[in-house]
Amino acid sequence: MSRAVQQLPKDQFERLHVAYNQALSSKNRMTAIGLFILILLLASSFVGSEVDVHKFIRNIWRFPNYFYEITPKLSIQNFFGDIAEWFWGINKWLRQLGETLLIAYVGTITGAIIAFCLSFLSSRNMAISKWSQIFSRRLLEFLRTVPEIVFALIFVVSFGLGPLPGVLALTFHTAGALGKLFSEIIENIDAKPVEGVRASGGSWFHQVRYGAVPQVIANFASYSLLRFEINVRGAAVMGFVGAGGIGQTLIEYIRKFYYSDVSAVLILIIVTVMVIDTVTEKIRHAFIGTLER
Amino acid sequence: MTTHRIFGEALAGRDIAARHPQFFQGVLKNNKTSFAIFTAAALIYLFGWYSVGVSFDRLVGGFSKFGWIVGLMLPPNPGSLHLAWVFFHGLIETLSMAFLGTFVAACLAFPLGLLAAKNVVSNPVIHFLVRRFLDTIRGIDTLIWALIWIGVVGLGPFAGVLAIITSDLGAFGKLFSEAFEAVDSKPVEGVKASGGSKLHALRFGMLPQVIPVIAGQVLYYFESNTRSATIIGIVGAGGIGLYLTETIRTLEWQQTSFIIILVLITVSLIDWLSGKLRLTIIGNQAR
Repeated sequence: MSRAVQQLPKDQFERLHVAYNQALSSKNRMTAIGLFILILLLASSFVGSEVDVHKFIRNIWRFPNYFYEITPKLSIQNFFGDIAEWFWGINKWLRQLGETLLIAYVGTITGAIIAFCLSFLSSRNMAISKWSQIFSRRLLEFLRTVPEIVFALIFVVSFGLGPLPGVLALTFHTAGALGKLFSEIIENIDAKPVEGVRASGGSWFHQVRYGAVPQVIANFASYSLLRFEINVRGAAVMGFVGAGGIGQTLIEYIRKFYYSDVSAVLILIIVTVMVIDTVTEKIRHAFIGTLER
Repeated sequence: MTTHRIFGEALAGRDIAARHPQFFQGVLKNNKTSFAIFTAAALIYLFGWYSVGVSFDRLVGGFSKFGWIVGLMLPPNPGSLHLAWVFFHGLIETLSMAFLGTFVAACLAFPLGLLAAKNVVSNPVIHFLVRRFLDTIRGIDTLIWALIWIGVVGLGPFAGVLAIITSDLGAFGKLFSEAFEAVDSKPVEGVKASGGSKLHALRFGMLPQVIPVIAGQVLYYFESNTRSATIIGIVGAGGIGLYLTETIRTLEWQQTSFIIILVLITVSLIDWLSGKLRLTIIGNQAR
């Protein structure tokens, strides 16, 4: 039987062997350094965030207990009566949920409109001038980095309590988040239609309207819908700082230990979020379908 | 002359539509429906503005007050060196919370992601239950989890860490399971065909494919958790958010802007760093 694998000449084999060992040890060294840094960071963040394992073990029973407490006492005999008692404030809660959805909806659309305007200015291929590009980029970055609830806190001071500061906070943050995504989409478009419009004498506006927008609009809509999902969650906690929606009721119930009400409101929020997620996913797929046609 | 005339005719929109119906039909056919949808969306939008109590006076008044506040914020000033140190400490706390929370959540979500992936666990009952469990966790916001954990371990950053862990568990579980389901099945089959056990197939067939994807997602979530860890203090779960809320409530605007700028710098540093790391990881994958 002949050997399937050819034996290399000795000197060549030696050289390759040494190179292999070197590569292996350098890789191992890198892994060791990476692990060391990771452990160091973990240890320091362990200290920094005041992790207390003792306290955790001593009190962990409270976590399942909390969910036990907020579970309503339902009986078979009076099932529907108990359900009705559990959801006693259903009308009020549904109204607040509606308000939450409206906050998310108005905030998303207004933010998307602002993002639409700024994204063309801040994209590399469609910008008007260097300065407007730099300015709009920095503006979007600022809007994106400041969390919406911080905007809400400041707007509550300047606009007063209620859903309006919530809407504006979501608008600002959405404009920043979507603006970046939009301008990335614009930077990835096919340049030929834009050049075609420019070659036939179109102005900047014409280039945007007939060259760029038809290519990006489906993706814009899809991203805006995704943002709407995120904003529904965001709007649900806007009430924590007094900016409207169901959050105000929820934090009040949690702080006052109205156990069964907490679970009722939480269930309503979770169901709403799930329904919105499913519906927007369906619409998104329809949009992507249009894009591919 | 003739060419010009032909182009002149063709440029009339109706004519083009008649010649190339396939490019126009889709739009024309759905014109009424899309108009109805658009009108409904616009009406809801207007109703939304109306129902949140918007008015010209309120907008003008609010924004002028907002501009006044922005004027008060300048220049950013921590007040005293001691306070600057306190804010800096809050920032360290925030970063620790984000890092530890993301790391532990990723470790815990890994097995859950495996359970929720169709091509790893074929039992539809387990698959369904784990998915719904993850969906439920994801449906609850980090701030709400923070409130619940405060009830368990008390006020402080530890509650924030636990809140980040819980809420990320849902997101990571879903993302990881999708990463598992997207793997190429050939390497897995190859390992099985050469006599590897199920564990071998997982370790040598699947993991090399999913690790770069997962690492990228974890890094991305670390970025986003740095942002959410800054606000988690608003409900009392540690970090710089506590001071942010306090300075806004007490109308110490110069300190507020100092904190915001501190956060902005930190977040963009983290973004830059993790962007670099992500590129390295993707580079390794491509190589």
